[in-house]
Amino acid sequence: MYAIVWLIPALPLAGFLLLVFLGRRMPRAVAAVVGVGSVGLAALATVLVGASFLSAPPAGGAIEERLFGWVSLPSLSFAFGFRVDALTLTMMAVITIVGFLIHLYSSEFMSRDGEFWLFFAYMNLFVSSMLVLVMADNLALLYLGWEGVGLCSYFLIGFWYREPEYCVAARKAFIVTRIGDVSMLLGLALLVSSFATLDIQELLRRAAAGWAPGSALPVVATLLLLGGAVGKSAQLPLQVWLPDAMAGPTPVSALIHAATMVTAGVYLIARLSALYALAPAVQSLVAIVGLATLLLAGLAAIAQVDLKRILAYSTISQIGYMFLGLGVGFYSAAMFHFMVHAFFKALLFLAAGVVIMAQGEEHNIFRMGGLRTALPAVFWTFLIGASSLAALPLVTAGFYSKEWILWGAWQAGRGGPLLWLLGGCLGVLLTSLYSFRAVFVTFFGDQKIRESHLPGARMKIPLVILAALSILGGFIQIPSDIAPVSLFESFIGGVFPKAPGAAEGGSTQILLQVVASALSLIGVLAAYVLYRRGVGAHERLADSDAYRGVRRFLFSGLGFDWVYKWAFVKTFDCAAKLLKGEVVGRAADAIGSANAAIGRALGALQSGRIRWYLVGIALGAVAAVGAAVWL
Amino acid sequence: MSPQFSDYALVVAAVLFALGLFGVLARRNVVYVLISVEVMLNAAGLAFISAGSKLGQPDGQVMFIFILTLAAAEASVGLALVIQFYRAYKTLDTDSARELKD
Repeated sequence: MYAIVWLIPALPLAGFLLLVFLGRRMPRAVAAVVGVGSVGLAALATVLVGASFLSAPPAGGAIEERLFGWVSLPSLSFAFGFRVDALTLTMMAVITIVGFLIHLYSSEFMSRDGEFWLFFAYMNLFVSSMLVLVMADNLALLYLGWEGVGLCSYFLIGFWYREPEYCVAARKAFIVTRIGDVSMLLGLALLVSSFATLDIQELLRRAAAGWAPGSALPVVATLLLLGGAVGKSAQLPLQVWLPDAMAGPTPVSALIHAATMVTAGVYLIARLSALYALAPAVQSLVAIVGLATLLLAGLAAIAQVDLKRILAYSTISQIGYMFLGLGVGFYSAAMFHFMVHAFFKALLFLAAGVVIMAQGEEHNIFRMGGLRTALPAVFWTFLIGASSLAALPLVTAGFYSKEWILWGAWQAGRGGPLLWLLGGCLGVLLTSLYSFRAVFVTFFGDQKIRESHLPGARMKIPLVILAALSILGGFIQIPSDIAPVSLFESFIGGVFPKAPGAAEGGSTQILLQVVASALSLIGVLAAYVLYRRGVGAHERLADSDAYRGVRRFLFSGLGFDWVYKWAFVKTFDCAAKLLKGEVVGRAADAIGSANAAIGRALGALQSGRIRWYLVGIALGAVAAVGAAVWL
Repeated sequence: MSPQFSDYALVVAAVLFALGLFGVLARRNVVYVLISVEVMLNAAGLAFISAGSKLGQPDGQVMFIFILTLAAAEASVGLALVIQFYRAYKTLDTDSARELKD
């Protein structure tokens, strides 16, 4: 079965090529079959490869396949080669299976769009690029996929390009992630110049042998790569593009800006975990970045009124959890949270897409309400997704994944309990508050807009499957004090360096779990009191100026856009205006005007008066003879 | 060594040449310019002859014959030009021929 590995990224690529060249002339049904089918077949192939991977693990824990050469120099060579290990297989499964469900959903969601075929072409190209990113056996191919997904993200955010502000959002996403990409490219250049190879496994071996832990080079290299990861995964300080990226169609938000592409940074750090082990300071920085991001984005999510922006900030916040997990060395936990997050966040976005469609493109949750009875299927699935996001204890997958990360945070070397306190207590509280705020405001109370455009089967089936995964996905890895199940860890754990002090159990762990669970329930209760039962409580608060100021601050995403606008955009504008006013240009102009002046002066000699010419000839002759005689 | 006859003749040639040059530069009537050019040519011829006499060589006289021929050719071409010039401009003032400038 390993022979079909190359088909997995090739199928969506073939779908893209078919659609982009012939899609315009295809009937909608054919375009949908090609678009959905190619990803569906890729998902099937992934399942087949995964099944044989589980039943007969390949030698060395990885399938390696080299397709064809790419660059071959005496000093450096790399190829189109794939290397599939447990980490990659996890990513591939999420990309193709969640991707397939979202494609299926899109085939109905986008059915009234004029450029239906183009949407599927972009989506297929995205899936293919993302698969190349995770399957690449060398960093150059990984970078190709990395840029491919960025490009598709740009295309799809600006898919409705007739709205100028959507195009602005697309450009913002592209430019901000580009800042990270430049940093990553520099990191790759440093790695190449140090080790003369881009093959990931070979690179990690040479780095472990050649670089002393904590020395300057690994710190710089990992910092540069972290810059790329931070840009792609929308972490501080480059998180500003993701909320605006919600301009794209909702399935795009679900697939690219929640489930897969934005976790590419997590994958990069996990893949290069051995490199980060050589730079402990940078690894601590990863944890701090994750912690700061998860708290700030959680705060921002509480004040949003646009359903999709709530989910966008929540995505930033949840990826913050993954970074926290990576930073404390609990790579398996971070990847587990990635998988679970992909399930419930895709679910939430798809459900939000149905809600927004049924409310006539209304995004503001405060103008919705009472959809519990109008859209029962969506209500129940959204509730499951929100519970998983809020990590409601024992029954949801989010609980198990978050608990694992928090347990890692508690155990982290320096300031572990502090990480746990801020990430665990505050983060969990914020998460359940904003997710259930969305649930209560959107689905309870009085219905304000009559529902229209009810979802059909192709939209409901993905919701139900993802809801099931959001619950059941958690049971493959349960803390040992509840039930000793660790299928995920035993599957993927071998890829990563051993987590420090990964001993489980004990009364401390139970205590931590109880506290976090209680906080998550308190968050739900607080959301209920503030936004449902005590509508008064929220409105009494809303009257005070301080509250309004704070809310405006949180609503703006904690002012990052404002700071960047003044620090970079405005200063650049000013500098451009200054320079446009002939500071540098003046020197160039001076050369030109000096030449013109000389020309005018010499032109005056051409007076047309023949006698002056004769004077010139005579003086020249005298000068020539004089020179001949006296010199 | 006291100055000889040929030395005086050279000085006369220089003076003639300068006068001719002055005439070419100062005169505006194209006929006078042509006459001044003839003066310059003859000054050059005188210079050749006196130089030949001073050095005791016949080359100077040979050169004068060339110059005489040249002067004849120059006069015929020059006079033809003067006629064309007059037809074109209805004047003999050289300063009126400034069309290349404008």
